[in-house]
Amino acid sequence: MAILSASDAARVREMLADLPNPVRLVFFTQTLNCETCEPTKQILGEVAGLSGQITVEEHNFLLDKDAAARYGIDRVPAIAVVGAQDHGIRFLGIPSGYEFMSLIDAIKLVSAGDSGLGEASRALLAGVESPLALQVFVTPT
Amino acid sequence: MAVESGHVTSIIVEASEYPDLVRKYQVSGVPKTVVNETVDILGARPEEDFVRTAVGDANPPSAT
Repeated sequence: MAILSASDAARVREMLADLPNPVRLVFFTQTLNCETCEPTKQILGEVAGLSGQITVEEHNFLLDKDAAARYGIDRVPAIAVVGAQDHGIRFLGIPSGYEFMSLIDAIKLVSAGDSGLGEASRALLAGVESPLALQVFVTPT
Repeated sequence: MAVESGHVTSIIVEASEYPDLVRKYQVSGVPKTVVNETVDILGARPEEDFVRTAVGDANPPSAT
């Protein structure tokens, strides 16, 4: 049974209709001791099914240590949203509720390769010359 | 921001799944953004305000 309702799927399909470039959802999972890994896998599969530009690349977190290190993943479920380049956008935990819409937004931004930010914000970010690591805490509701 | 700048990374954390991170960063409400492990930005802010606060941490004004 699908996690996304038919009406939600239709809405997301519309949001993802104009993706200009391919996006990989690099998904890290494990089979044991991870309640949300399987539903996360299902959600990603459903999202990928709504756009020909989206693929899911699954890695076993415990077996594929190289990939986990490459993407800086230290827990599961985790998703790296990667386009023509890796902008360092990650999701930890199941992308449902608020986080689901953030994931859709991230896919759109990464595909476009454009932040969509205003000129003032772009100017501020152009001046950043050292690492700026953001951790955004959200809840599903 | 991460798309705009090669120096910026962004991790979205589902707080209820990671009580250890919630404790570590003292998350008492969401959304909460932690910048470079130190600066907290609580709640939703207007875009430019948010960017200015976050960037301010990476590029502190030099003392004169």
